[in-house]
Amino acid sequence: MNTSWFLLLLPLLSALIIHFALKQRLATLASYYGTAATGAAFALAITLLGKTDSPSFEWISIGENFSIDIGLKLDKLSTGMMIVVTGIGLLVHLFSLGYMKDDAAKARYFGNLSLFMFSMTGIVLADNFLMMFIFWELVGLSSFLLIGHWYQKDSAADAAKKAFLTNRIGDFGFMIGILMIWSFSGSFVFDQISSGLAASTIHTCWLSIAVLLVFCGAIGKSAQAPLHVWLPDAMEGPTPVSALIHAATMVAAGVYMMARFFFAIGTENLDGLWAMNTITWIGGITSLLAALMATQQNDIKKILAYSTLSQLGYMVMAVGLAAPDAGMFHLFTHAWFKALLFLGSGAVIYACHHEQDIWQMGGLLKKMPITGITFIIGTLALTAVPFTSGFFSKEGILHAAHEAHSPFLWVAVGVAALTTFYMFRLIFVAFLGEPRSENAKKAKEVGLVMWLPLVLLAGMAIGSPYVGSIIPSSEDFKPVTEVHPEDALFWYSISAFVVGLAAACVFYLGKKKEPLNIPLFANKFYIDELYAGVVKFAQDLLAAVVHFFDEFIIHGLFVGGLTRSVQGLGHSFRRYIQSGNLQAYALVLGLGTVLVIYFTAFF
Amino acid sequence: MPLPLFYFFALLMLVGGICVVALPNPVSSALSMIGSFVGLAALFIGLNAYFVGTLQVLVYAGAIMVLFLFIIMLLDLKKDSAPKFSPATLGAAVVVPLVLVFQISTVISSREGSDAFAPLNQETLSAAAATLVHKNDDNISADSNIIADLNQGELPDVNIIGQKLFTHYNFPLQMVGFLLLVATVGCICLSKKIATKPVPAGQSAAPSRSSEKTVDKTPRA
Amino acid sequence: MPEASLNDYLLFSGLLFAVGLAGVIARRNIIVIFMCLEMMLAAASLTLVAFSRFHTVDGLPDFDGQMLVFFIITVAAAEVAVGLAIIVALYRARQTINTDELDALKG
Repeated sequence: MNTSWFLLLLPLLSALIIHFALKQRLATLASYYGTAATGAAFALAITLLGKTDSPSFEWISIGENFSIDIGLKLDKLSTGMMIVVTGIGLLVHLFSLGYMKDDAAKARYFGNLSLFMFSMTGIVLADNFLMMFIFWELVGLSSFLLIGHWYQKDSAADAAKKAFLTNRIGDFGFMIGILMIWSFSGSFVFDQISSGLAASTIHTCWLSIAVLLVFCGAIGKSAQAPLHVWLPDAMEGPTPVSALIHAATMVAAGVYMMARFFFAIGTENLDGLWAMNTITWIGGITSLLAALMATQQNDIKKILAYSTLSQLGYMVMAVGLAAPDAGMFHLFTHAWFKALLFLGSGAVIYACHHEQDIWQMGGLLKKMPITGITFIIGTLALTAVPFTSGFFSKEGILHAAHEAHSPFLWVAVGVAALTTFYMFRLIFVAFLGEPRSENAKKAKEVGLVMWLPLVLLAGMAIGSPYVGSIIPSSEDFKPVTEVHPEDALFWYSISAFVVGLAAACVFYLGKKKEPLNIPLFANKFYIDELYAGVVKFAQDLLAAVVHFFDEFIIHGLFVGGLTRSVQGLGHSFRRYIQSGNLQAYALVLGLGTVLVIYFTAFF
Repeated sequence: MPLPLFYFFALLMLVGGICVVALPNPVSSALSMIGSFVGLAALFIGLNAYFVGTLQVLVYAGAIMVLFLFIIMLLDLKKDSAPKFSPATLGAAVVVPLVLVFQISTVISSREGSDAFAPLNQETLSAAAATLVHKNDDNISADSNIIADLNQGELPDVNIIGQKLFTHYNFPLQMVGFLLLVATVGCICLSKKIATKPVPAGQSAAPSRSSEKTVDKTPRA
Repeated sequence: MPEASLNDYLLFSGLLFAVGLAGVIARRNIIVIFMCLEMMLAAASLTLVAFSRFHTVDGLPDFDGQMLVFFIITVAAAEVAVGLAIIVALYRARQTINTDELDALKG
């Protein structure tokens, strides 16, 4: 048996054992076991790095020429992605050992974490769309379970439901898209889709629709506009979950899937599809909107959530510009530094006794030096300071936009400036200045299991582009790891950083309360309210129609009318015919006899 | 049957029937009913159905009507306690049967086909006997009583009915026997159930009317 | 001396039936009603016997009609026994056999 299967089996076994054998009685053992299983998966992922293989077995066979396989696809893309998934997973597990130490449902948490690792591994390694879809849904489920971990809180339960339902909307499109692709190419397997499409004579318009429908899945999972609303709410889950799922892996699954899909059908086949334009637009809009929203949030995790949205928009934009490699590169670097930022915020929240409002923090750099410095390193990477990982990957996207002569170059630059602005706002408010609350005053550095992952991640935030062999991408992709001062794009990037930093300095350095007040951004462009209104309107309308139908047609006409007429008829029968008088019955009998004779003999 | 005799018995039957309906006293009704059934039995015999005629007298006029009389006397019903017929009831009771009679007579007068009264004498019965033996589908052997009687010019209807009863009509016969058993059980159940109070020894199984007053009278809903 | 024809028998049978029906409609004593019902059955029996006699098979009356009368008499005997038992039970429960007063099933 191929060792790669163990990548799937390890977390699955872990989830099963924790959920069904260990349970809360052995919660501590469960947490160590889950961490160990992820560690083993990580070790296995390292040994498999760069291997190319595709083991599979037949799962379902119908008729002569239709069969569905369960298969793994190992190549640079998937093995690199496995490093990200298992590596960050391992660090998040480590961090959780500290963060979730006193949680009342620790075993359930680690069991669900293992389930998530299993599903994510499945998505990454799947060699066909159908299997990917199955694990896609499994990821949705485990995400639901993890967001709703503190389900006793209404907000967490609601957030879990919202995430699940919003994802389902996207997944529905994804499923239709998969079926369309299958009908065009006759195969679910990625490697065969390209040849299948080449053989078919499908119009590009249909192909565009199929690509867009598949992209619907990515819109849901990667939280692109207009289905982005679930991601900020998902921050109700435990912070390590936010780091793992909602920054590094699950939300990246959409981008990963598009990359896998585009590599499969070949980027050259995608030229001139209007679907690509749409994807770019969606990415750009998401990126810009999310960055604007992030500037006015006060919750430290919400800021990071919108930042994640914005960066995902970047990646999708790159995918839409037919540069999935650049998107994957950014996904790769972003995973590390965003996990770092989330875990850092988790450490801050933990130290401040679950205080999440940045205006209640302040001066944390002095109290928590390790957390503070690693957080700043993460910020530098996110804001694309030269020689950090974020710089090189963002450069790649800018290059892609530039080569496509796309106006999105300016969107990207603007978003970069906004990113710098809101991230340094966060730093200035939360880490510098004076403590503005009791919790912030009493904060102290977190323990080893929590800062060790931060340090490791900080190392990756700087160094990830230099270990090119683990970047999940196509085989011939070479990351640019040099600075080119002669290139105009370099200066765009630098000036965006400088503008953002300067604005943040002007507005927020040393401030004690919010100097800007832009309700439109703070209220997320009222999109949630819009959805609620539209849903409510549609629901009320439907309810009114249904109520009318039920009340007047069904109840009044059919049920009520029938019963009333039968009732009236029965009433008159009862009153005039059922007299209880035997003679009257005999008379009716005689009349009946006469009538029968009349009809048989005389009629 | 010669016409004068026919009319005599038919009118006897009809007048008896009218008396049943018209006489107020149930005992008179029952006695008129016996008269009516005697007339009917005579008609049966005139139609050469001797066995059925005998049955009519024995079972109907004898057993059944005695049962009626017994019940009437048991319940101590002297006559209709209620007032006499109301005009509406009387009208309905006259009009509907009259219409029925009109319909029946119209149908009868319009029927066609022979209604020849085939004579049953020495020749015809002997011929019938020969045919019976020749056809041999009723397992009637040539030396049976039926054939012998037929050859002597007599109609052995009891033999023939018995023969049919245990060959063609065997299954209905069994079923009727079963039905009588069920009726017996039903009568026993009906007469036992009502006795909610234990009947003291020596008293009649059917309590007299005065003691019945204490038995619960089902209230009108 | 002319013989009575089939029509005569059928007509008198119908008359007897009509008299029985009139009794069922007019009378209120449930025992008399029951007797009238028996009379209607007897009228039907007369029809059967008449047809049996006038319809000859191989020179003999068609005895199937008489068989039917035999069964009618048997079943009527059972019916009368059960019916009278019901009437007795009814009388015990309600102290009356007058149909005017037996209207518990009035709607």
